[in-house]
Amino acid sequence: MSTGTILVVAGAFLASAVEMVEALTIVLGVGVVRGWRSTLIGAAAAGIVLGILVAALGPALGSIPIGTLRLVVGALLLAFGLQWLRKAILRSSGYKELHDEEATFHSERVQAAAARDDRRAGLDWYSFTVAFKGVLLEGLEVVFIVIAFGSAQGQLGLAAAGAGVALVVVVVAGVLAKGPLSRVPENTIKFVVGLLLTSFGCFWGAEGAGVDWPGDELSLLGVTALFALVSLVLVRALRRRRLLPVTAGAGA
Amino acid sequence: MRYLRAFGRFWWNFIVGDDWHVAAGVAVALGVTYLLTHNGINAWWLLPASVALVLTESLRRTVRPREQEKPRRFN
Repeated sequence: MSTGTILVVAGAFLASAVEMVEALTIVLGVGVVRGWRSTLIGAAAAGIVLGILVAALGPALGSIPIGTLRLVVGALLLAFGLQWLRKAILRSSGYKELHDEEATFHSERVQAAAARDDRRAGLDWYSFTVAFKGVLLEGLEVVFIVIAFGSAQGQLGLAAAGAGVALVVVVVAGVLAKGPLSRVPENTIKFVVGLLLTSFGCFWGAEGAGVDWPGDELSLLGVTALFALVSLVLVRALRRRRLLPVTAGAGA
Repeated sequence: MRYLRAFGRFWWNFIVGDDWHVAAGVAVALGVTYLLTHNGINAWWLLPASVALVLTESLRRTVRPREQEKPRRFN
């Protein structure tokens, strides 16, 4: 298995796991308050829509010439991955609040308890729609990453398998924990996923633009290491910078 | 029309996010890389360097307003 393929599977697994932890928190928050039937039907319906998207878009992208595909996918992954990386750096340096699954779970429970009873098609409409939207929106990011990684590397099946394993792991962990997976190091995983998305975006985008990377796929490791180093330097610089105005203000 | 606008806004937020300068910087860097490689220069170094610069500049812009607000809170 090549370096690129290993990183594709790892990236699809981690990105999927972190998004599924967030979707699980929403489903649990609604399910424990309003009951499981409508909530699980909503989550399953979203899962079916996401599965159809992967099944339809994946093979369709396979018909696009690989150079063009890598240029477009690389550009999209770069824009998308830099958002993740930017937010992860802001969280690590204290400029943005850390994601808190316990707080989200509490908020979902409060909203679910306050929502009025509305039955449609034999379903508790609130539970159905919140679970459907939650899983669909978190899942869209997974679908985007799986399709982008899978199609550009020509390993859609492996990328989808990575996401599938993440789904099983998160659901089993959620059932065992009987609550949100707040001990998962979500922010660290998001940092790693942001790094992988940005590195793959850079590698494929440049290749699609005609670049011949020195060392071929091995340069992917170099690009990842460079972005990791830049990100860590930025985190340190921002942490220091965050304290500076307070000192200046106190001294003035 | 409202749904079309909402659909467009969703994808804009999904791909571009809070700072459109990042996406614009990436597009320019990819365009220049394309031009250089198709004129005989294997510019493999350009995109990683540009991405690092775009990321640094975006973060600098993001934290700048907060730093200017902080001293006011202490007055």
